[in-house]
Amino acid sequence: MANVGIVIVSHSPKVAEGASEMVRQMVGNTVPVAHTGGNLDGGLGTSVEGIMAAIERAWSPAGVAILVDLGGAETNSEMAVEMLPENRRGKVVVCNAPIVEGAVIAAAESSGGSSLETVKRTAEELSP
Amino acid sequence: MEPALHTSERAESDLTLRVVRAAAEAVIGHADELTALDQAIGDGDHGINMKRGLEAVLADLPQLQDKPLGEMLKAIGMKLVMKVGGASGPLYGTLALELGKHMPATPSRGDLAAAFAAAIEAVKARGKSDLAQKTMLDVLAPVQAKLAEGADLCAIKAEALRAAEATRPIQALRGRASFLGERSIGHVDPGARSAALFVAAICDTLEG
Repeated sequence: MANVGIVIVSHSPKVAEGASEMVRQMVGNTVPVAHTGGNLDGGLGTSVEGIMAAIERAWSPAGVAILVDLGGAETNSEMAVEMLPENRRGKVVVCNAPIVEGAVIAAAESSGGSSLETVKRTAEELSP
Repeated sequence: MEPALHTSERAESDLTLRVVRAAAEAVIGHADELTALDQAIGDGDHGINMKRGLEAVLADLPQLQDKPLGEMLKAIGMKLVMKVGGASGPLYGTLALELGKHMPATPSRGDLAAAFAAAIEAVKARGKSDLAQKTMLDVLAPVQAKLAEGADLCAIKAEALRAAEATRPIQALRGRASFLGERSIGHVDPGARSAALFVAAICDTLEG
């Protein structure tokens, strides 16, 4: 059974990359992980196009959990999910959790073969 | 039955293109002002983001001109989603996409008001926001109300400009500005300002 994929979406490409690197170190290559950050001009921001591409890279039949930082990252991620083909839309969720801790704990949960629902719930337990 | 706003299809298509162009150019022309407003209470990229998205829309206009109005709006919405970035991309993109979904080829004023009302609900859902939270909704909703009650273009434009200014004393509850709490008071919301610029340019073009 495939493991749930993790997508990290930050306004900052460096934050996205750094969080992704922490996840990698924690769980190795057992979990598909992708990150995206920055706008289309290379500045700070997020883009729907970039998020859709990251979902594609982290795609798993078990689903994909997205971790985001600030408001625009969440709105753009939700938009990206809605624009996916219908058969994938229901298998991608945006977690309400801190981006770095959430990504690490979600990936750890995923590496044990947990369902998308469990991965999301575990990450969201970190929310204040 | 209400009369259609315009009779000749060709003239309608030309007018639609002029409206889109004028609306896009108005906001592009105020990109620096929008960015300055966003630097006060947001993440400082509203003007530059909108400029990028709207320039992409303008570049697409030649391919859009023969589409029915609804299809044209949907294509514009998709472009804004993909090219604007930030939260305003999905918000303005959703507005245009939903307008497109509900817009007949030759809309009456009633059709416009109904499509606009549906689009505003979609924007509320997308941004998880409501009125009086210092957002673009604080301009869109009163403008829709004026449109629905039959106000003339001049009154609609005045309402848009007034409503944007009226976001100044509000404390932000959504978006980056909400982190500032009371410090968000005293600045016009950049999204409300860009919405007012769109409406004013559309009214001016339709009147012209």
